[in-house]
Amino acid sequence: MTYEAWIIVTGSLVGITCGITGCFLILRKMAMLADAISHTVLLGIVAAYLVSSSMEGIYMFAGAIIVGLLTAFFVQLLHSSGVQSDAAIGVVFTSLFALGVVLISLYAGRIHLDVDHALMGEIAFVPWNTWEIGGVDLGPIAVWMLGIVLFINLTLIVIFYKELKITSFDPEMATAIGIPVMFIHYVLMGMLSITTVASFDSVGAILVVAMLIAPGASAYLLTDRLSIMLLLSALLGVLAAGLGYYAASILNVSISGSMATMAGILFVLCFFFSPKHGIFIKWLVRKKFVQSSSN
Amino acid sequence: MDFLLQMLQDPNVQWVLIGTSLLGIASGVLGSFALLRKQSLLGDAMAHAALPGICIAFLIYGAKSMSWFMIGAALSGLIGTYCIQAIIKHSRIKEDTAIGLVLSVFFGLGITLLTYIQQLGKGNQAGLDSFIFGQAASIVGSDVNIITTVSIILIATTILLFKELKLITFDAQFAQGIGLPVKWLNGLLMTLIVCAVVIGLQAVGVVLMAAMLITPAISARYWTERLDYMVIISGVIGGVSGVIGTLLSTLTRGMPTGPLIILAATMMFLFSLLFGVKRGVLFQAYKLLMVRKQVVLENILTSLYNETEKSLASSNCIGVVNIKESENSLFTPFIYKRLMKEKLISIDENYQIYLTEKGLFIAHEIVLKERLLDMYLMNESQFPELNWRESGYNVLNEPKELIQQLTHLLKEFGREPIALSLYQLKNSKERNYQMISKREAGHS
Repeated sequence: MTYEAWIIVTGSLVGITCGITGCFLILRKMAMLADAISHTVLLGIVAAYLVSSSMEGIYMFAGAIIVGLLTAFFVQLLHSSGVQSDAAIGVVFTSLFALGVVLISLYAGRIHLDVDHALMGEIAFVPWNTWEIGGVDLGPIAVWMLGIVLFINLTLIVIFYKELKITSFDPEMATAIGIPVMFIHYVLMGMLSITTVASFDSVGAILVVAMLIAPGASAYLLTDRLSIMLLLSALLGVLAAGLGYYAASILNVSISGSMATMAGILFVLCFFFSPKHGIFIKWLVRKKFVQSSSN
Repeated sequence: MDFLLQMLQDPNVQWVLIGTSLLGIASGVLGSFALLRKQSLLGDAMAHAALPGICIAFLIYGAKSMSWFMIGAALSGLIGTYCIQAIIKHSRIKEDTAIGLVLSVFFGLGITLLTYIQQLGKGNQAGLDSFIFGQAASIVGSDVNIITTVSIILIATTILLFKELKLITFDAQFAQGIGLPVKWLNGLLMTLIVCAVVIGLQAVGVVLMAAMLITPAISARYWTERLDYMVIISGVIGGVSGVIGTLLSTLTRGMPTGPLIILAATMMFLFSLLFGVKRGVLFQAYKLLMVRKQVVLENILTSLYNETEKSLASSNCIGVVNIKESENSLFTPFIYKRLMKEKLISIDENYQIYLTEKGLFIAHEIVLKERLLDMYLMNESQFPELNWRESGYNVLNEPKELIQQLTHLLKEFGREPIALSLYQLKNSKERNYQMISKREAGHS
């Protein structure tokens, strides 16, 4: 495959994986927890490197999952001790992220990771960092990582579909019928952590938030059904990635930044022109209503 | 140490320190309001949303200029805030999603513009990168002037309008009722917070600026329940973290300032979390311990009283509890010691515990309270005006008529605590008997 095709494949995988995970976060009003975990995963990656002194995927995943779950746990802990939840999120993720950045700067010479990479990712380098076994080129490592994470996430969603759905829409009922709400919460946090770390290389810590939230939020405006929302969100993720890449290559700017911007533009379009919940359709309905009532 | 002193004498460092401490104070003060209005994460969105504004200001003006950057940052920060409110108002998307969306998309736009500026190759764009994580060393004299002026204006405005801001924070409806321009004040507070974010961007950076609003304020919350003290403490914590972070970043080359300032603030947050006198973890644990001890103590006295009541009614002697059968908890031995020391109980050689006369008085009060409360709970419907379930149960402080009514009920159910009166009766009988026998002895 060509260089360009690999980048589009990577971006699309990021779009799909983040898109479907993001839907659940939006429905559970936990979007800011996604923001928090995507930041703190940086600390996990740095810590994993310092402990294992290798950049192998498996260590990074382990570090990211540990720190991601710790973030969720600390937020929960502070919240239950009486701190309001938004402030709890704010305190936890900023301090862990700051620690991560300071560690990167301290060991800058030893770590093959710099602050810019952490922020924006380096999707342009993805096609060159390939996985070879016995001299056979199996394609970029990032694509493999994203593919595996997507597979894990899809499996978990299929297994826990009913539980995820009920806990997202009606947590009280979920508790009442005996679904382990806390367990599902942490399963989702684990999914979020691995999604973030797999996307981290390609789009960076903050832009992954855009890929997590924007497609899901747009899909939320287009449909009332969870299954369709998941499909639409994945589709919008791919669209944002593809369009973002072309815009970036025309203007010669950051690919990940332009993907995030494109996801935002798609959201604005949905916000105004969604056939179900868009501003435009609401305006039309109101106008018709006024006309018919004045007649 | 010498190096530190030498560094402190450097006028450049002094300038930077003044700047960072003032902006720490300003963001700490305004952060208190943001926190109490549950808008902490809005600050995060404002800070991220400022990045495209800075880039556009650079594109329009064509060179690095602090004042233009600030105007651009403030404008795009306000636009971001407006977008969040518009999304919440006009669609079914909730607040947290709207904040995350605006934050990440604006930041993405900012990064795109930043790379666009870089490929224009104007050469002097290096200063723009420092807005992401903050670089206090890049602050020069004229920047400090702007930061200082804005901080002082922010702090002064907060002091002047303190009463009004307090009102709209805690009770907006009441504020509206007494004729304050609530909408205008809300807008003003939002603008003040945006300004605090904007002046911090160069030193702390867009990614972590939100923490300057949140962390000092939440640390202050562990020390006080009053807004005025909270604002002061939070300002001090913000200022001190600004100074410590800047010093550390100047000492170590190539370290971004923002994360260090935030780490300094986090250290103070952890300290407050542990040792805060109002809500700190240790203080709470101490309070819980005291309550548990008090409960054990009251339980011991109550059970002794009940025993005494039973045995005085039947056999005219003071009741005892065997120490080995008494309530056992971790504190029990200490509480026995304390009660002995205060002469409320006495323990004989068979490990039998007695209430002393003094102990009986105190136990009487406790039991009376408990039984009055029982009566209240049994007949709650007769006292609809009381709300004891919520208001800390201080039964004996209630009005006399009420106590009488409850006492009447106690008598009806035969639950009146009688050990004390029985004991007094017994004593007076004994005294009479002694007097009689003395008198008889005198006669004979």
